[in-house]
Amino acid sequence: MIPALGKDLLGLEPLSGEQIKLILDTAEPFKEISERAIKKVPTLRGATIVNLFFEASTRTRVSFEFAEKRLSADTVNVAASGSSVSKGETLVDTARNLEAMRIDMVVIRHGASGAAKFLAERIESNVINAGDGTHEHPTQGLLDLLTLRDQFGHIEGIKVCIVGDVLHSRVARSNIWGLTKMGAEVAVCGPRSLLPNAIDELGVTVFDRVDEAIEWADALNVLRLQLERMTAGYIPSLREYNRVFGISRERLERAPRELVVLHPGPMNRGVEIDSDVADGPFSVILDQVTNGVAIRMAVLYLLSGGRPELAEAAKTGDGRRAAGGGRETAGGKRDDE
Amino acid sequence: MSDFLLKGGRVVDPSQSLDETADVLVIGDVVQGVGARVANDAAGRDGLETIDCSGLVVSPGFIDVHCHLREPGREEVETIATGARAAAAGGFTAVCAMPNTDPVTDNQAAVGFIIRQASLANGARVYPIGAISVGQRGEALAEFGEMVSAGAVAVSDDGKPVASAHLMRTALEYARTFGIPVADHCEEPTLAKGGAMNEGVVSARLGLKGVPSEAEEIMAIRDILLARRTGGHIHLCHMSTRGSVELIRWGKERGINVTAEVCPHHLSLTEDAVDGYNTNAKMNPPLRTADDLAALRDGVRDGTIDLIATDHAPHHYDEKEREFADAPNGIIGLETALAVNITWLVASEVIDLGVLIERMSCAPARTFKLAGGSLRRGSPADVTAFDPNAKWVVDPARFKSKGRNTPYTGQTLQGRVRLTIVGGRVVHRADA
Repeated sequence: MIPALGKDLLGLEPLSGEQIKLILDTAEPFKEISERAIKKVPTLRGATIVNLFFEASTRTRVSFEFAEKRLSADTVNVAASGSSVSKGETLVDTARNLEAMRIDMVVIRHGASGAAKFLAERIESNVINAGDGTHEHPTQGLLDLLTLRDQFGHIEGIKVCIVGDVLHSRVARSNIWGLTKMGAEVAVCGPRSLLPNAIDELGVTVFDRVDEAIEWADALNVLRLQLERMTAGYIPSLREYNRVFGISRERLERAPRELVVLHPGPMNRGVEIDSDVADGPFSVILDQVTNGVAIRMAVLYLLSGGRPELAEAAKTGDGRRAAGGGRETAGGKRDDE
Repeated sequence: MSDFLLKGGRVVDPSQSLDETADVLVIGDVVQGVGARVANDAAGRDGLETIDCSGLVVSPGFIDVHCHLREPGREEVETIATGARAAAAGGFTAVCAMPNTDPVTDNQAAVGFIIRQASLANGARVYPIGAISVGQRGEALAEFGEMVSAGAVAVSDDGKPVASAHLMRTALEYARTFGIPVADHCEEPTLAKGGAMNEGVVSARLGLKGVPSEAEEIMAIRDILLARRTGGHIHLCHMSTRGSVELIRWGKERGINVTAEVCPHHLSLTEDAVDGYNTNAKMNPPLRTADDLAALRDGVRDGTIDLIATDHAPHHYDEKEREFADAPNGIIGLETALAVNITWLVASEVIDLGVLIERMSCAPARTFKLAGGSLRRGSPADVTAFDPNAKWVVDPARFKSKGRNTPYTGQTLQGRVRLTIVGGRVVHRADA
């Protein structure tokens, strides 16, 4: 039986480990497309996708756009400023107007937790969450998982510590769900003022000392420290943050094993991560970026009704036709076999 | 106005420890008597209407000391007339309107306006609550004396909690002069800032900023201690945490003049209702945990929590139909309060009907020194009759309130109001 993803990708919390593995496996054949001289396959030819970004984003938006274009979808980018959103239009009206133009998918980035779900419940198009407030950023979580699997060959049993501002991080939440569902051991490390009070109840270990985390972990996922956390009084200074929680080469060299270091970007060099780590031998930060495109291609393909076992074949033809169905198969109505 | 004989109902009146099948005779605007023989007093009276109340509970009318009727300022969301009729449909014969209107009800003219609008409403009685501070700005005291003369029954800055301990102290002292309670929305502003739901595992999962229990409890104990200092009457609004219940119990054991209310939603729902970003489960104080809910129920049972109030807070559909963090706080409650309380408290044997009526009628009257809350001979004819067993499905489109923002939509609740009489006039009637 093939587990369907359903209509939308809103987060990793609602997915099973099996569904997450399906996305990672589907991403594998798509990796190769980006290595070609002509980086384009006809898989999503004729599909219309709106990238609806209410928050500034370079990496995620560009990554989605490349994934869409390499699958031959027609895409439109809508940024919050310069659209009717800045004239006070509500999210639901924006969405309904877009849908009236008969689009197939919406990729949404929004500052409010739950915004992607809100949209998904109100329109029939597939909705992909590209980050909602401090809730989830599922494609980032998936590309982190893919990068870890590339490094270790498996995810089950590896020890991953998420370092930094977990309280405000959608990347942290998606990583916690994705990793635990795939059988990894997860810890967090950061100032207690930037960890949720109820963090223990999410099934993770807490380290107060980054050196203890480094001693324990196989991989570190270092979160960006938003500079406004300091002005809001969560931490006293960036200088102290770097001294207590910053990931330096010196610290990594004391580790009992070679660590893999991830960072979702954009980095504050010299704050949460030192340059010689970011650019050093342990860093897989650019692999994450490369994998991001493959993951997003896999998600677009699966939500559009593509069959995972046909992903390889889909690259040479119309994937949705190869899938023996169309958009109507995306809602989990696929035959069980 | 005519005279009524409410015949054959189960009369439950905790103010006189009454729970028996009896008739209630209403002559003019007062209760003439309760008992098996009152029918004799009525025999031969012209214009006497007999209403069969068999199968119903007949009780003193419910009194809600905490609701938001939005007029003046937001008449598209609720008016005093629609609110008073919604109250009547919920079995309430009197409600107290919070002063966070626009403009703020902080002077005698504004209080007089509410009294006048209420007199035209043909629903429940409406008693204004005046603001503690001018403009609810938390700076200068409003004119309590003049507002009381105009008909205000309490003061509160509900919705904009009093941050200054000094202002609260002064308000308690000054209110004591006029014998009115100071009702406080307990919320320590720096802890609660930006919060959208209870702080806990659900807020951690949903990525929503939480409001810790302590934001309420710190202000609850501040107010209790200031009541001890001043001898003033502090009434703590919509208590939501176990800690608050314990602090109130502590205060009462020491003879401090503290009373407290809890809302039906805090006795029936937990933070889990927020899951899925349900904006109709967003209110302030937020829905808390199962442990808090258990403590609040204990508090209602043992009287630590004096009374149940709705915090009826209508909002426009569009305001709730949006991103969770941006949606306003509050739900409506007047037309579901009785059924929610019966479903979650009486049917599950947390309290019996007598205690429920005490907390919804007698205690509010006593605490806010209002008429009603009793069927004793000579009391105002404010009477409610309800079927405690009738089951119904909540359909907000049928509400008398303009508000539709309820978390109970589609749920089957038990207990339905059949008759509401205010001052001897039938203001609501819904036959089975």
